[in-house]
Amino acid sequence: MADPTEKVPVRDAQPAAAPDADAALSRGRLVWRRFLRRRLAMVGLATVALLFVAAYLSPQISIWRYDQLDTSAFLSPPSAAHWFGTTQNGFDMFALTMRGMQKSLVIGLLGALISTTLAAVIGAFAGYFGGVLSTALLCLVDLLLVLPGFLIIAILSPSFRGQSWLVFVLLLAAFQWMITARIVRGMTLSLKERDFVHAARFMGVPGRTIIFRHILPNMASLLIIDATINVSSLILAEVGLSFFGFGVQPPDVSLGTLIGDYAGAALTYPWEFYFPAGFLVALVLAINVVGDGLRDALDPNAGVGIRS
Amino acid sequence: MVRFLLRRLLYLVLLVAVSTSVAYLLAATQLNPRARYEGRNPPPPEAVVDAALDAVNMNDKTPVARRFGFWTRGLTQGDLGLTIEGMPVNDEISRRMWVSLRLVLIGSIVGTILGVAAGAYGAVKQYRPVDHVLSVFSFVALSTPVVVLAVLLKNAGIGLNNGLGFTGETKLLYTTGEMTPGLDPWSLVGLTNRAAHVVLPSLVLIVIAVAFYGRYQRNAMLDVLGSDFLRTAQAKGLPRGRALIVHGLRTALIPMATFFAYEFALLFVGATFTERIFGWHGMGEYFVDAVTKSDVNSVAGVTLFVAVLVLIAGFLSDLAYAALDPRVRV
Amino acid sequence: MPHVMSAPPLLEVDDLTVTFGSEAGAVRAVRGVSYQISAGEVLGIVGESGSGKTVSSLAVMNLLPPNATVAGAIRFRGTPLTGQSDRDLSKIRGKNISMIFQDPLSALTPVYTVGDQIAEALLVHADDGMSTQAAQTRAIELLALVGIPNPRQRATAFPHEFSGGMRQRVMIAMAIANDPDLIIADEPTTALDVTIQAQILDVLQKAREITGAAVILVTHDLGVIAGFADRVAVMYAGRIVETGAVDDVFYMPRMPYTLGLLGSIPRPDAQGHRPLTPIEGTPPSLVSLPPGCPFAPRCPMRVQACIEDEPALVPMTGSGEAHAAACHRSGEIEARNLKSADVFALPDLPANPADRVPREARAVVLEVRDLVKEFPLMKGTILRRRTGTVHAVDGISFDIREGETLGLVGESGCGKTTAIMEILNLVRPMAGTIAVLGKATASLTDAERFAIRRDLQVVFQDPMASLDPRMPIGDILDEPLRTHAVPAPERTARIRELLGLVGLAPEHANRYPQAFSGGQRQRIGIARALALRPKVLVLDEPVSALDVSIRAGVINLLERLKADLGLSYLFVAHDLSVVRHIANRVAVMYLGRIVEIGNVDDVFDRPAHPYTQALLSAVPLPDPKKERRRRRIVLQGDLPSPSDPPSGCRFRTRCQLFAELDEPRRQRCLEQSPDLAPRTGGADHLDACHYAEPRSVL
Repeated sequence: MADPTEKVPVRDAQPAAAPDADAALSRGRLVWRRFLRRRLAMVGLATVALLFVAAYLSPQISIWRYDQLDTSAFLSPPSAAHWFGTTQNGFDMFALTMRGMQKSLVIGLLGALISTTLAAVIGAFAGYFGGVLSTALLCLVDLLLVLPGFLIIAILSPSFRGQSWLVFVLLLAAFQWMITARIVRGMTLSLKERDFVHAARFMGVPGRTIIFRHILPNMASLLIIDATINVSSLILAEVGLSFFGFGVQPPDVSLGTLIGDYAGAALTYPWEFYFPAGFLVALVLAINVVGDGLRDALDPNAGVGIRS
Repeated sequence: MVRFLLRRLLYLVLLVAVSTSVAYLLAATQLNPRARYEGRNPPPPEAVVDAALDAVNMNDKTPVARRFGFWTRGLTQGDLGLTIEGMPVNDEISRRMWVSLRLVLIGSIVGTILGVAAGAYGAVKQYRPVDHVLSVFSFVALSTPVVVLAVLLKNAGIGLNNGLGFTGETKLLYTTGEMTPGLDPWSLVGLTNRAAHVVLPSLVLIVIAVAFYGRYQRNAMLDVLGSDFLRTAQAKGLPRGRALIVHGLRTALIPMATFFAYEFALLFVGATFTERIFGWHGMGEYFVDAVTKSDVNSVAGVTLFVAVLVLIAGFLSDLAYAALDPRVRV
Repeated sequence: MPHVMSAPPLLEVDDLTVTFGSEAGAVRAVRGVSYQISAGEVLGIVGESGSGKTVSSLAVMNLLPPNATVAGAIRFRGTPLTGQSDRDLSKIRGKNISMIFQDPLSALTPVYTVGDQIAEALLVHADDGMSTQAAQTRAIELLALVGIPNPRQRATAFPHEFSGGMRQRVMIAMAIANDPDLIIADEPTTALDVTIQAQILDVLQKAREITGAAVILVTHDLGVIAGFADRVAVMYAGRIVETGAVDDVFYMPRMPYTLGLLGSIPRPDAQGHRPLTPIEGTPPSLVSLPPGCPFAPRCPMRVQACIEDEPALVPMTGSGEAHAAACHRSGEIEARNLKSADVFALPDLPANPADRVPREARAVVLEVRDLVKEFPLMKGTILRRRTGTVHAVDGISFDIREGETLGLVGESGCGKTTAIMEILNLVRPMAGTIAVLGKATASLTDAERFAIRRDLQVVFQDPMASLDPRMPIGDILDEPLRTHAVPAPERTARIRELLGLVGLAPEHANRYPQAFSGGQRQRIGIARALALRPKVLVLDEPVSALDVSIRAGVINLLERLKADLGLSYLFVAHDLSVVRHIANRVAVMYLGRIVEIGNVDDVFDRPAHPYTQALLSAVPLPDPKKERRRRRIVLQGDLPSPSDPPSGCRFRTRCQLFAELDEPRRQRCLEQSPDLAPRTGGADHLDACHYAEPRSVL
């Protein structure tokens, strides 16, 4: 996007004859420094880490497991014994929420990893090699964009009853990669014309090596930002599906199933609804804030309305 | 030129056909309409169940290919088949799409306009308090699932009603349905009643639209703020504010073209979660019910409907781009 | 500064300072600049990137971004401009002072028509209420004034539908719409081809005559200043280091930077293969400036005082009025009348052993015969369809001998970049043949092609874009070696060797490209190209993206490498001055064909084809007296579209010779495309014109 021209005075504020140590800060180091300066992003990162730790360590510190019934306390509000209260059946809300968060985190992270990798590889190959491969992939992208993913996953939901929620993650990722793939393809098309790619071609480097050595690394910021957006999108998508009973299946628990089960009780037994909903919003918010901070750190020209 | 357009049209028709077929075949093989009858007590005899399923072309004993063929034949005559309860799918869709439209129209339009304005303003006043407020609002709203938002607003509405003393039949803001039954929809009483029913759901959509457009329009506006042509406009003698609106905003709207197009075309699809929470009988409800009730024809019909709308949206997006950006005109 | 003026100055800039906040610290872009300009005169402000020239001109009308802090005084006809509100300033902008920017594509709003944008300039200042209709009519008049054909129709077109030169004319029309007293032109022709630049300078001159306005012309091109300006100010690192009448500064420079600059720029009228005198080092970082004179690190004349004290601008006693220089030793320079060659050491370049062998006796390293390359023309972004063919390269032939440099020159759209891409692709061309080191590309196996890639390498134009920003330069240099299976220990040694060859320190192999300056990055690109010991190097405008003072160093390096390593160059450029210095032979391209080819001295001193003549005539010389005496050939109109070239001779639509011919001879140009043949004596000097007549234009 930004093309450095002679108009920018800072661009040619060049170091002395030998590149001095400060200017030679590697890009990674510079990015990290900028990220640290966004305090909000740091808070976000800390929150995500905290929630992650809480979700996975909670079974160690909580007395109750998520599938354990306390027959002496039905629908009891938060107390010392049950920090987030109990449900109609006597399940401990804290344990349920933490268990649900585990599920949401895994779905989000794993799904985003799969989705972004798919998008990167497919988009880059389609963009670089063009021809039949590109047309076929574009048709596939169009088809998947037209198919309502929600419906398809909903129809297939009975098949992942029990422990095979991995299929669910795969399906979620399968309907998430298309738009990014298109963007990756577009960026590959323009990167392909850059001189350093020409240089590699003209020294005999084969195409697939060029993709992984030159093209994808130069899209790293886009891919990282896309991955963070995917994490939050997938978590929200899971909530949507599980709300109607199409996502994670009982006896397994996710934040989506909790919200779906207890949305109706929001007025009467608020602890059943607001704890899972609150944690969900906090988690997604923290991820989004981190993503925004990453975007500012990786692409400082974006979102800054000034160029001299 | 005409040949080119025809080729494109053919491609789009093919896309719709393939996607709908995929949906039909998946639904026909994965869903179990028979379960609807099996749960009853006493369970009806098999022959009766078979007959009922045959009547709506959902009998799992019939080979999938035959059922598919029957359905596509009906499709060529514009008939999308029968729902699992025996009503024509066409009727269901044509009724529900207007319900959905009525639900989302006001909220979408108001939300979009407010969102675009807020985004542009936030960009101009970057890093000042008003920009921060908008950013925080956008972030939180975009991090909240729609269903949670809808529940929150519904509960707020109920709380407001109770707080202001509307505990009886008549309320200030209604949280269920489209209208109190029995009223004339176009009378003054009826219109007020409908307005009271649509306020809360519209608010859900407004919040989402403002959050979304606020964010994306802000980014687009920021990109434009550093442009050379803005500097030229000022160099000509336009005061900064006028330059920003006349030259900046107009150019910053271009990237929004796609969003506007898709939003507009998908108005008929409604808002699934909002419909569920507020009890409106629109397309969104139909969506979900089709799967829960194992209604194969409805699933296929809804997929077809959505596919067509998505393609119209794509086409509209190209048109919108051409209208807003002279650089892409043919 | 003491200044005897007969009339009060139009614009006074007094100790202007502009500082930007940035991540790395405060950038002091302008550090105390003062100048004046009177009604009707032309002041040229010249400097390289980072000199602060653009920032200081933007500061006049306060068009700087919000993170800029401005101090000092700017007065227009006595009224201070600094400290005024945006509303008040906008009354002056576009009316009393107007501005022309560098890149007309991004400087015009893409969504409004050109006529609307010009009319807006009129309406904004029409306090007595001009009707939109009247404004539109006046806009069309202005378009006609600046030389746009069919103004009534073109007024309804959008900026992207115009060529670069036409767009700049639109900008000029907008600038003169309200009859300003002062026009500030910020690099108005930098983005344009040289013949278009000549057109635009003409239009600017016309605009001056119509409005009687004074002009501040900001540029890095000394030739443009020499031809256009009355007075000049040379800027370096945010300050004016020399100023005066144009003749004084060009012929009697008194500041070492000016001396160095004038000595290092290549000129198209330079005889022989003289090396250029480079200025060592790079411009300083504006974030951490050393306390003394900012030029001291690069100055051969520096003394202790230079490192401690920054010199002030002091008037020269010996020259004409108001000639001032900022150098502690300027008095000495004046007294001894030092020239550039006295101050800056002339590098001695080794003689090229290949030059001793006559051309015919040398081996052919690259041969191109009747090369053709076409592209389908796609219209529209939504509905893409093919509406024609772009004849990018339409039958060109040349050969390059061992140890020789062929310069391929032409303006944008002539097809030279397409031609070299075709050669580098090493595949069978659409028509014609390409033979590299004797092997025809049409019949290469994959293995042979891979092997030839070692011998044929390329150096690209933009040093920022030709190095992968994600790889340290050691890896960048390693890549060709790795790809061609050079064993690891040999690779490390070779990388060290390469860095030394281009004058870089081997310890810096693990730094990233961003840590280096533009000139250094280009050297890395050259090192990469030499990694596999090639025989032929294709160079695509290798110095045009570099600052003027850096170019000389890179050009000298290329010459030295050619002699030491026995290379042959195919040198593509649009900058004729550079070609004069580095090429042995030159081929001039126009619309996909070669119109003239021959020995560089023959072609430059006695060009035969009218296009070559126009091209050379358009190149501005950094020599004010010569510039004033020259009769410039200004081509009319724009380059025809390569998808629809004119019948017969392609140049006839703009040919100055064609305009003077009688009807029967014109017919020949209309019907018969002239082929490349020796017509002017000398078997080696070919041209493609029916009525070729050599003329000297430099």
